[in-house]
Amino acid sequence: MNLTNLPIGAQAKVVAVNGNNAISKRLMEMGVVPGVSVRVIKSAPFGDPLEIRVRGYHLAMRKNEADAIEVNEI
Amino acid sequence: MKSKVPSSKFQIPNSNSISVQTIGGQLTIALAGNPNAGKTTLFNALTGMRQKVANYSGVTVERKEGFWRLNGGENTARLIDLPGLYSLDATSLDEQIARDVLLGKVADLPKPDALVAVVDATNLERNLYLVTQLLEFKIPVVIALTMIDTAEKQSLEIDTKKLSKLLKIPVVGVKATQKQGIKELAEKVLQAAKTEATPNFVWLSDADFTDNIDEEDIHLSLSDDKVANKKIFARYNFISDVYQEAVKPKDTLERSISEKIDSVLTHKFFGLVILIGILLLVFQTIFSWANLPMDLLDKGFGALGDFVRAEMPAGILTDLLVDGIIAGVGGVVVFLPQILLLFLFLSILEDTGYMARAAFLLDKLMSRVGLHGKAFLPLLSSFACAIPGIMAARTIENPKDRLATIMIAPFMSCSARLPVYTLMIAAFFAGQTIFGFLSLGAVLILAMYALGIFVAVIVAFILKRTILKSPTPPFVMELPPYRLPNFRTVFQNMFIRAGLFLKRAGTVILAISIILWALTYFPRSVETVQSPTSNVQNQEQVDEGQQLKNSFAGKLGHTIEPVIQPLGFDWKIGVALIASFAAREVLVSTLSIIYNVGKDENEESPSLINAVRDAKKDDGTKAWTPLTALTLMVFFVLAMQCMSTVAVVRRETNSWSWALFMVGYMTVLAYLAAFLTYQGGRFLGFG
Repeated sequence: MNLTNLPIGAQAKVVAVNGNNAISKRLMEMGVVPGVSVRVIKSAPFGDPLEIRVRGYHLAMRKNEADAIEVNEI
Repeated sequence: MKSKVPSSKFQIPNSNSISVQTIGGQLTIALAGNPNAGKTTLFNALTGMRQKVANYSGVTVERKEGFWRLNGGENTARLIDLPGLYSLDATSLDEQIARDVLLGKVADLPKPDALVAVVDATNLERNLYLVTQLLEFKIPVVIALTMIDTAEKQSLEIDTKKLSKLLKIPVVGVKATQKQGIKELAEKVLQAAKTEATPNFVWLSDADFTDNIDEEDIHLSLSDDKVANKKIFARYNFISDVYQEAVKPKDTLERSISEKIDSVLTHKFFGLVILIGILLLVFQTIFSWANLPMDLLDKGFGALGDFVRAEMPAGILTDLLVDGIIAGVGGVVVFLPQILLLFLFLSILEDTGYMARAAFLLDKLMSRVGLHGKAFLPLLSSFACAIPGIMAARTIENPKDRLATIMIAPFMSCSARLPVYTLMIAAFFAGQTIFGFLSLGAVLILAMYALGIFVAVIVAFILKRTILKSPTPPFVMELPPYRLPNFRTVFQNMFIRAGLFLKRAGTVILAISIILWALTYFPRSVETVQSPTSNVQNQEQVDEGQQLKNSFAGKLGHTIEPVIQPLGFDWKIGVALIASFAAREVLVSTLSIIYNVGKDENEESPSLINAVRDAKKDDGTKAWTPLTALTLMVFFVLAMQCMSTVAVVRRETNSWSWALFMVGYMTVLAYLAAFLTYQGGRFLGFG
């Protein structure tokens, strides 16, 4: 399951960070690494980007990036 | 420097075993930290106003440096404020520069003796990521822990002693606004700077990395991204362990204040309404509130010019001083109110955390054209004036996105085009209506704004697919917690920017003003035939018009006549066009001079309007028709006729080629569009 498919408000554990090098590296640098738990806060008015909460702070990313994050819903 | 080798009795305690490295000079300390971690506030608290801002040579990354008096001035340090960083992996220009500084690769900047890592206590894990990377360099690190009180309010208890022990580096809690912890920070930094640092990377000691860890290679082994990602993972694992030991975590279910504010400000409907409201306020302020001080400045420089002209003997020196230098400098300084206001708003929007929300709300819209969500504000500001707009594009991190934004900003119809539109409409379209109730003038002005936006969108689309093509950079943006801005920082930032604008753009603009002045001033007309019938006032105007016609600019007008004839312009309009490449509104005063109605007429004065209506070409036909007026307006929407903007683009892109490219492609576009307008109009039977 990808982060994009997660319903708003749901919490999940990151299983893997895929995507091309630039995307996966950026996401991981920002703390989205396998094992961390994330929560989807909301999507922007036009449906994209998404806002998530990770490691106690808020992060916005386009769906293109969220697609690279594989999660298990908790 | 003046400091001698400190004798032992002045040495700080606990430094007895330490070799003195400060011989003959001051320390170099670098300040590193995540964006929004409170780095700027700390930098200001440490250096006061003793700071200077420049660019790293050859790139547009800002280089901020200050002078830090550690322990009351006995030891001093050059404090380098690194750009805000999330990581040191050299994927962005900022990261590359920071890495170069840490490796001592920047010319005229010694390798830092110590680093101050600014760490936001409310966002400890991600902030510590940068710290782990800093520790991998062979430079001692001291952590300045900020926002401790906010963390406490969020019931986050941080054991700084334990944190220090686990990371094996000093951790000092600071409250920069109240200058708390500054003294202790100075002591620890001084101590650290005198120790021999050993690079620390216990987190990387797993089997995978050990063969990579030799000093040269550890920072640069980025070719294999699998390894890079594993390293990131290892660093965060280490951080998670540290975090669990040193921090009592809070109850994560409770919504933070920021989340509550965001439920309104990034709401699907109200969020957009509020955003539009805020943007309108910014726009309105830059557009109208700046008018009064701008008028005063303008009048002030006018009065100064008159005064100098009255007091000094008539002659070339006075003319140069009044029409070249005072008018040129005045033309720059007059933009100051707008620049100050824009940066006041920018700082507030950025420091409160709202800017990231605006980008979040608008990103989808802007990404359709290939631009970043943050491009919205620079483009909007450009409706007032492209100069603050282009400077506002600094908030866009990706260099190519930023360049694309800068390249299209001048298409937004700025306030300097309004006098031109107004004159054309007053002369040829006044009192006419469409459908009996819509004023034709208003519709035309609206159409000119729309034309600018339309062309900007197309150009952005093309640029992003050709010369500014880049793989879409990952859009991963922090939404920082809302915070009250520190007004000292805001105002300091505002004045530093304004000073930079004056210094950098000002010198170029002054030079171009003098050149343009010379073009209209030389060669001097010899024949000043006194006609006994005309009064003195009239005679002066005739002389001035005569002078302009015979000047280099006048000759240039004749020279370009074949080129502009297909646009319906005669050589007199050509002269005004050439002069208006200094600044668009100059067209009005140049036309006044050329039609001998006195250069103090403005776009609404009947004598100028009548003169434009009645103007004849050399062959006796009318110089202007409504179609010519429309063509001129179209030309003005698209042409790059503002040397101040060119100077600012040169400064912001650090390259003359981008500035000249902008002048070139915009002017070609303007010519083509004007050509189509005029010839199309004639084909349809107008004009």
